[in-house]
Amino acid sequence: MKWSELFTSSIGKKWVMALTGLFLIIFLIVHAGINACIWANDGGVMFNKAAHFMGSTVVIRIAEIGLFLGIFLHIIQGLMLEFQNRSKRKKGYAVPMGNKGSKWYSRSMGLLGTILLLFFILHWWHFWVPARFIGHPELTELEINGVHMHNMYNLMQYTFQELWVVIAYVIACISLCWHLIHGFQSAFRTVGVSNAKYNSLIQNVGVGYSIIISLAFAMMPVSMYLGWV
Amino acid sequence: MEHYNMNLTLKVWRQKNASDSGRFETYPVKNISSEMSFLEMIDVLNEELISEGKDPIAFDHDCREGICGACSMYINGRPHGPWHANTTCQLHMRAYQDGDTVVIEPWRANSFPVIKDLVVDRSAFDRIIQAGGYISINTGNAVDANAIAINKDNADAAFAAAACIGCGACVAACKNSSALLFVSAKVSHLALLPQGNPERKTRAMNMVAQMDKEGFGACTNTGACEAVCPKEISIENIARLNREYMMAGAASDK
Ligand code: HEM
Ligand code: SF4
Ligand code: FES
Repeated sequence: MKWSELFTSSIGKKWVMALTGLFLIIFLIVHAGINACIWANDGGVMFNKAAHFMGSTVVIRIAEIGLFLGIFLHIIQGLMLEFQNRSKRKKGYAVPMGNKGSKWYSRSMGLLGTILLLFFILHWWHFWVPARFIGHPELTELEINGVHMHNMYNLMQYTFQELWVVIAYVIACISLCWHLIHGFQSAFRTVGVSNAKYNSLIQNVGVGYSIIISLAFAMMPVSMYLGWV
Repeated sequence: MEHYNMNLTLKVWRQKNASDSGRFETYPVKNISSEMSFLEMIDVLNEELISEGKDPIAFDHDCREGICGACSMYINGRPHGPWHANTTCQLHMRAYQDGDTVVIEPWRANSFPVIKDLVVDRSAFDRIIQAGGYISINTGNAVDANAIAINKDNADAAFAAAACIGCGACVAACKNSSALLFVSAKVSHLALLPQGNPERKTRAMNMVAQMDKEGFGACTNTGACEAVCPKEISIENIARLNREYMMAGAASDK
């Protein structure tokens, strides 16, 4: 097998989807953990410190490149997979099979992923682009224990005053939940991990993970909009 | 089960040849016995069509006992009709009630082009088998069955995978027109046995390469294949093939 077949053969492509997907699953735990600091009830001190740390060391900067590469691969490969797969049945059925045998969300990974992609663009525009490149009037500076840093907490609170933004984020979290309920267990199958002993464990952990992570993310804009933090 | 007769409305895909664009034709069928098989019901209709001087509906069938995999029909939105673990030829008319409408379509996938009416060309499967679905053994006398000891679990799993009859329902059901359940069954039943070991790596790589060349889609683990498979081939086999393929690929020199 040539290395290029990772990106050209049907199973190679799936491995790339699964490995990048699993990588994103791990990343989301870190991301959610850091963001959960907004609930520390300290006016954003802990959160700002954590967010500052995530931009401060070389190791994390390198990991960031890896993250972007992973997301990029997952998106490009995912969209190509979706379009290629759709082209394999030029003439469709008059009576669709619908839910006889598969779940709607398992069949909608491309759609759910596209919603996530649209959300990412909005999300990067809200936080990553201001923090790294162009700044924002609400992205003030502050000093905690003598360390100079961005007040990301302030930018978050500002951003989530808009109702439509909060709704968009919540829709994205719902899409993420369904994407992961299929994706989590599917990724294990794709990398060949599947046997009677572990399947129900993987299935249950996957559903639990998907719900907890999505709920945690969805509650962040909601909490800020409702003035809970 | 009590016997009854029924009248049905069939909507059948008619297509003169591969280049015809095709259309649905509606046929009322009368006095169908609940004890007929689905194919016998079509035989009755075809007899009528022939006596009226019309072209009978072309459909694939051979064994009519659920073992050859020829009888490809997509019935009311499901390959092989409504029953679980069943082929069209083993579907019986007691599955239907008087007055029902039944829509019958051919398998739909670019890799299974329609030849005529409900008959599709499934030779893509044959070429996938030719690419690696064999073992190299001496074809002299039959060797003693117990000469090589085989773990019972592996023997059972291999046997379950070998039950695949190559009907193509998995492809027909899959939103991606993926043939992975079929290919994984064919790879698994040999990979699990010592006799399959010599070609183990090349088999996985060559069969997948041929599958891709034939234009089947990529699997996304939706599970629709397993749900309609008349032989209940498990998608565990797909996970095994994913593993086999990557092991073979990573360890090969080429
Ligand atoms: C944080 C965001 C995301 C996570 C955690 C994630 C996770 C996953 C996982 C675990 C899989 C399963 C891989 C497999 O079946 O082997 C997957 C599949 C997929 N993802 Fe994502 N994904 C994310 C974002 C996206 C985006 C933005 C897109 C597209 C624009 C996308 C499109 C797809 C597609 C098309 C599949 C293939 C469906 C399949 O193979 O079952 N995903 N994703
Ligand atoms: S795996 Fe099942 S559905 Fe697919 S060809 Fe074999 S018997 Fe038919
Ligand atoms: S005709 Fe042989 S399986 Fe149906």
